[in-house]
Amino acid sequence: MKTFVYIDHFKGEAQPASWEALGLAKSLGGSSPLTMTALVFGSGVDDVAKAALEHGADEVLVADDSALMDFRVEVFASTLSALASSLSPNLILFPTTTRTRELAAMSAVDLNSNVITDATAIEVNGDKIVVTRPIYEGKLFEKVTSSSALQLITLRGRAFPKPERQTGKTGTITKVEAKTNALTSVEGYSVAEVGVSLNDAGIIVSGGRGVSNNPSLQPPAGLDDKQAEIWKAQQGFTLVGQLASVLGGAVGASRAAVDAGYIPYSNQVGQTGKVVAPDLYIACGISGAIQHLAGIRSAKMVVAINKDADAPIFKVARYGVVGDLFQIVPALTEAFKRKLGK
Amino acid sequence: MKIIACIKQVPDSEAKVKAEGGQISWRDAPLVINPFDEYAVEGALQQKEATSGASSSLSTVTALCIGPESAKEALKHALAMGADDAILVSDAALNNIDTVGAARVLAAAINKIGGVDMVVFGRQTLDSGSGLTPAQTARVLGWSMLGLAGQIKVQDGSVQVERVIEEGRQSVKAKLPAVISVVQSIGEPRYPSFMGIRKASKAEIPVWSLSDLGIPAPDAIITRTELMNPPARDTSVEIITGESPAEIAEKLADKILAEKVL
Repeated sequence: MKTFVYIDHFKGEAQPASWEALGLAKSLGGSSPLTMTALVFGSGVDDVAKAALEHGADEVLVADDSALMDFRVEVFASTLSALASSLSPNLILFPTTTRTRELAAMSAVDLNSNVITDATAIEVNGDKIVVTRPIYEGKLFEKVTSSSALQLITLRGRAFPKPERQTGKTGTITKVEAKTNALTSVEGYSVAEVGVSLNDAGIIVSGGRGVSNNPSLQPPAGLDDKQAEIWKAQQGFTLVGQLASVLGGAVGASRAAVDAGYIPYSNQVGQTGKVVAPDLYIACGISGAIQHLAGIRSAKMVVAINKDADAPIFKVARYGVVGDLFQIVPALTEAFKRKLGK
Repeated sequence: MKIIACIKQVPDSEAKVKAEGGQISWRDAPLVINPFDEYAVEGALQQKEATSGASSSLSTVTALCIGPESAKEALKHALAMGADDAILVSDAALNNIDTVGAARVLAAAINKIGGVDMVVFGRQTLDSGSGLTPAQTARVLGWSMLGLAGQIKVQDGSVQVERVIEEGRQSVKAKLPAVISVVQSIGEPRYPSFMGIRKASKAEIPVWSLSDLGIPAPDAIITRTELMNPPARDTSVEIITGESPAEIAEKLADKILAEKVL
């Protein structure tokens, strides 16, 4: 099976989930090892290509052109489609990111195929590939197959193990043609201080509506009720953030907290936000609405801290504390600081 | 400016969706406009308002949906929010289409409407959630794709958006016509007004079939072979208690460390 793995990167910084795709491609080879070809598109991306070799690729096809300096989906899609048309792979794997979702979508139109997104498991039976993926944001799973000779699959982050990096491993790097049919122009960036991304996070500490209810806080004078509530919530999220920080994790939030304006929606976990798959999910002041529980279904372990013993979040938790998050969360941060030697 | 908002009808986000006898069941939960598509309607209405004063001709928003007859309810929600008109594409041959199929049908409908400047989508649907259709529709039309926009600005026949990506924001510009998908930062969807609801309840929504669009039924490339409920979670919760927050935290930290998830 001729497999390509698309390496997604931002300004030369590879999305770590790309390596998970390389690891999966290797395991799909089974007893007959396949040649693993990585694809790197961009401008001045030699380091990404080298990193792909060190993560297991045998060869890397590099489209290096100033027209590919910024990700522009129509240009990247034309480059990919031309490459796939001439080299006829059976399978192209992508990590699932904002870029690859659109890139794979467009190339699928060009190549008379379609994309299976967010794969959490892949079985190969002869030349048939069966992919498991969540639908209804994790409330259900489906198995799907594609009738196309070329399959395009994007992988859910953290669903497949990341291969060890073999520093110094080399391989073939081949330049391929870039298409330059741009319809759009990139005018600039404002790159946020995002910290650990929810998609890649092994540990997530999330806050809910409950983070605004600290009775011992006195908001500064001059705030109206809504401003005072948001101010209190932000103090609450500071505690959540401190725990996340000591654990090296990301900060998440429930829809209720996002809707109330406590924190940007990019932090939202749950059905209308992000579906996450951390090893540890600590829910602080989150009651556990059905769509939030769907979003954390793939978490390996859930810990819930909530003052309401009947909150649904306890039904999915391994450990729970019925109590005041404003006392428990800082105490937990202190306990981990000591135990982890930080 | 002629703006299209593409929407879909899905089970409500609070619905308990389950696999029952190989079928998807949401029991008696209501079908609603896909929540992400409410943002698409909101984004489209914002652009209508922003551009209506500037040009001599008035801007319009048309809500467009593929679905069964019952999906008219989702279109009526868009009308009640302020869309000028609505079109349903409905055909028995469209029951099992995949995203490329949907993109081809939407593109055909957009071409039939004619003179369209901007097509706005939500970033994904709550059901299949693959988020592919906006970019695929753009590709079929041969138009620019500006995905995951948190802000849209139209000026002199061009559109500039702030794309919300993993690393922050990317500002991208294109000539119209363009396809745009929006994220929540576009702004909270407005509530239907009383007048809007009255207008929507009386609206006659035209229904187009594949023969009206002049295209054959698209073949689905992706097909489902099995439907599964997620594996049940080990639900036994151990409640940690203690005399003080410090004692509880101490015990909890030890439990978490013993699980080797750090």
